[in-house]
Amino acid sequence: MKPLPPATEHSRYIGQSVARPNALRLAEGRGTYVDDIELPRMVHVVYWRSPVAHARILKIDASFARMMPGVVTVVDGAEMAKICKPWVATLTHLAGMKSAPQYPLAIDRACWQGEPVVAIVANTRVEAEDALQYLVVEWEALPALIETETALDPDSPVIHGDLGDNLCFTRSLDTAGVDEAFANADAVAEVTFQFGRHTGVTLEPRCQISDYNPSDKRLTVHHSQQAPHMMQDLYSRQLGIPESHIRVICKDVGGSFGIKVHAYPDDFATVALSVMLERPVKFVADRLESFTSDIHARQHRVTGRIAANKTGEILAFEIDDLTGIGPYSMFPRTSAIEGNQVVNLVGGPYRHQQYRAKLNVVFQNKTPTCQYRGVGHPIACAVTEGLVDAVAQKLGMDPLAIRQQNVIRDDAYPMTATSGIKLEGLSHQQCLDKIALMMDYPALRAEQAELRKRGIYRGIGIAALIELTNPSAAFYGVGGARISAQDGATIRLEPTGAITVMVGVGEQGQGTEGIFAQIAADAVGVSMTSVRVVTGDTDVTPYGGGTWASRGAGIGGEAVLQAGLALQKNIVDVASVILKRHASELALVNDAIIEIATSHSLMPLAELGRIAYFRPDSLPAGFTAELMVTRHYAQRDYPFIFTNGVQASLVEVDVDTGFVKLLKHWVVEDCGRVINPMLVDEQMRGAVVQGIGGALFEECLYDDAGLLQNGNMADYLAPMAAEMPDIEVAHVETPTKTSQLGAKGAGEAGTAGAPAAIMNAINDALYPFNATVYSQPITPQKILRALGKV
Amino acid sequence: MKAPAFDYVKPRLLADVFPLLQTYGDEARLLAGGQTLLATLNMRLSEPSVLIDLSAIAELRGITLVGSMLRIGAMVTHSEIEVSALVAQHAPLLPLAAPHIAHRAIRNLGTLGGSIAYADPAAEWPTCLLALDGVVIAKSATGERRIRSDDFIVDLYTTALLPGEIIIACEFPAASAGHWCDFDELSRRHGDYAIVGLAGAGQRSENTLTDLRLVFLGLGATPLRASRAEAIIDGQPLTNGLIDQAVSALKAEFSAVGDLTSDAATKMHLSGVLLKRMLMKQMRLKSA
Repeated sequence: MKPLPPATEHSRYIGQSVARPNALRLAEGRGTYVDDIELPRMVHVVYWRSPVAHARILKIDASFARMMPGVVTVVDGAEMAKICKPWVATLTHLAGMKSAPQYPLAIDRACWQGEPVVAIVANTRVEAEDALQYLVVEWEALPALIETETALDPDSPVIHGDLGDNLCFTRSLDTAGVDEAFANADAVAEVTFQFGRHTGVTLEPRCQISDYNPSDKRLTVHHSQQAPHMMQDLYSRQLGIPESHIRVICKDVGGSFGIKVHAYPDDFATVALSVMLERPVKFVADRLESFTSDIHARQHRVTGRIAANKTGEILAFEIDDLTGIGPYSMFPRTSAIEGNQVVNLVGGPYRHQQYRAKLNVVFQNKTPTCQYRGVGHPIACAVTEGLVDAVAQKLGMDPLAIRQQNVIRDDAYPMTATSGIKLEGLSHQQCLDKIALMMDYPALRAEQAELRKRGIYRGIGIAALIELTNPSAAFYGVGGARISAQDGATIRLEPTGAITVMVGVGEQGQGTEGIFAQIAADAVGVSMTSVRVVTGDTDVTPYGGGTWASRGAGIGGEAVLQAGLALQKNIVDVASVILKRHASELALVNDAIIEIATSHSLMPLAELGRIAYFRPDSLPAGFTAELMVTRHYAQRDYPFIFTNGVQASLVEVDVDTGFVKLLKHWVVEDCGRVINPMLVDEQMRGAVVQGIGGALFEECLYDDAGLLQNGNMADYLAPMAAEMPDIEVAHVETPTKTSQLGAKGAGEAGTAGAPAAIMNAINDALYPFNATVYSQPITPQKILRALGKV
Repeated sequence: MKAPAFDYVKPRLLADVFPLLQTYGDEARLLAGGQTLLATLNMRLSEPSVLIDLSAIAELRGITLVGSMLRIGAMVTHSEIEVSALVAQHAPLLPLAAPHIAHRAIRNLGTLGGSIAYADPAAEWPTCLLALDGVVIAKSATGERRIRSDDFIVDLYTTALLPGEIIIACEFPAASAGHWCDFDELSRRHGDYAIVGLAGAGQRSENTLTDLRLVFLGLGATPLRASRAEAIIDGQPLTNGLIDQAVSALKAEFSAVGDLTSDAATKMHLSGVLLKRMLMKQMRLKSA
């Protein structure tokens, strides 16, 4: 593969596997997470949460709880509502979408097991939990709507009477020739896929310290969160505090995965308590309440059909998606996005001309769902790739060959895919060719055939995918959500020649600050050891959207690049004045001003800094050194910049036990310019493991009454080291032309493709038994049932 | 997830434990590693007023051969059992089972006595105790008694221990020439409680197993001895047909209790697979 031209004139760091500067601090346990922060006069809140799926709150008796040692206050929903407004989470560009008003603490009625109802504040967390045991809440159970399949039946209970029914959002898409395509097809396959609800399981739970100071009427919120400016705006609007009086600080974040990009009822409740009490209030979700109060995701039933002709040409896809989102659409991004993405993404890698989709997003009395790493992609990819394998089998075609035949050609871009999404530039053909070489596909197939004769059943699964990154305002802004699509970077030259970089996109543990340091160092012309990066503080950084939708590198990174290049120009201008040379003869390279013609160093950057900051009297009259610059970047050319990739999984299925052993996983991905191969590879691996979770292990299991059965780390099976196969990662680089940096997002594609690859591999292994499993997570029992053994 | 307040005592002598138990009665809990108890406290599922930490009592430690019995102190950790040469020689079933107990960090703290006393039907040690026909040695202020494994586990999380009694050790008959044992289990993730597991022990002569004890974990309220399967195998040369008979007898003997992701039918099917594989392995070994 031909290497890309460098992103900057003197590139030292971009493209290199540089160790990220914050890794040592975190590895040594010297990070600052919210729970590490202790403030004077700080108190702790715990929430009494609904123990059942749907209940009318009859009476709250806090008299005993208030008598417990250390208790500061007990607050219910009605009292809370006096200072915090309710919200309705809809977006105007999702036509017809509806949801009900939601309060920080439920008033009169609780709609899912885990919904916060009463706040108890005490001097310590232990005292608050002690008092919680003495809170008496009388409630009566209301009929709970648990099943999505019956949510729209006329005799099902309607969760919010004012809405008329349980339909949150519906969407249809039809290219008009679908019926004809299916009628004329040589092969049609139909599959119903089930996807289990799961959740993100961040290592650090959601947590917050809200500190309201009545003297200057300022609110400071320390928050483990992905979008500090979004939260600043929401606190301002819901509590009526001027935005300029609110500071949100997100220092170290122990994993987020989308779980921490939403505004939770207990976020607002904790802030409101701090305003009421005029002192700092800490909330740290414990693991048990995380399972019922963190957002869930991915509960879908999708019936899909695919049509192909006998040469292997895919003609059409058709899907019907039903997804359950809990009783409220989540604020402010809404819970309709995931289903909407499924509609947009199904069939995404392919050249078929016909597509029909139907989506119903329904309410139910379970924990609300919302955007979690990959948002809709794992569903769309599993449906698409499962259907492609199913039709390939009907045609007797090889799974790799049918993909190579049908993917959109690498020279066809830019183009609009059949679902209407705009694709700037992808590399499906290159990626498929590359992965076939990596895996030695023909040898694997030969080995598979040989082992089958000995009763060993291995399967090979392939999944091509597209992934939405670098979003424009099309995602949220156009729908009325005040979530910034642009981001900014400020870079300041320090007198010593070091630079300080302040960026609106924050660090969640994935290395974002590391790549910003690489980009800034190259753009300005300094060593990485001279770069300090500051993120996650609304008082300090430029206004920005934060970390979500794989936008950190592509959007935040471009802002850093442009700020760095602008600062470099300003520095050279100062050098030109000091050295009395024309600026075009000078450059800033390796922390020094050099003469371009000879590469001779003329002045260390530290000397320039000394003169500019401490001896401005020596500079000509009328010249001002501008050594701090800010640049912003918004991607405005496409709604999204799509990336692509392909994954492959090799599994062995024990057909007596239904157990699946993951033997190997391969990834070829194209995220445009790779800024740091090591970090991109690890993003891929981590995301693949989360995909393994969805494919084989993770599911929030509810009983018929809507109670979560496995809300703990013993029974909710998140994959761990022993469940991870070796994951080989390779890259194709098709840079986006929408930015100088050329980077696209890399954080989510692994999760998007892994479940499909594993599901296809399992079904490939089961092929000799004419058995298939399309229900994730694929448990041993599901495989045994498919095999007719239980 | 903060435990309610409790007192904590850490006696150095076994004799000091009994007066504490007498004083506090049901309000006391013995801390024998804490791998289950501390999580229970943090979830406020249990609110004892005092924890009696047994970890400083030397009399509860140690692995020794006493006559024809291997004695393992109640506070010996899973890891110590896993690596002990004495255990490997005299009770080889135990190091076969030990790696299946959770993860190394947990095995470094969890203890034999703690696991036996808790009597989780999915745990490895109670199952091995039953398979090896071990003896639980219980002591109270008034004396010591030996409880046979068949009598020790009474029901779900329920043992024959009386109030005021604690387990001080377990004894396992030392393996003699011809001793046979094997262990296997099926868990969805490494280190989890298994869907089902099987511990087998007995005497081996050529292709025949005798004095056979086959004990399943994860099927019911207690570890379960597959008596009917044992009866079919015991004393007969292993054949494919005999093994199939044993599997059928197993499925006729029990109706398993399902868990969240494996129902009774799946558990019984998997039990049959475990039994068949264990016996087939034995048959192949002998014919090789």
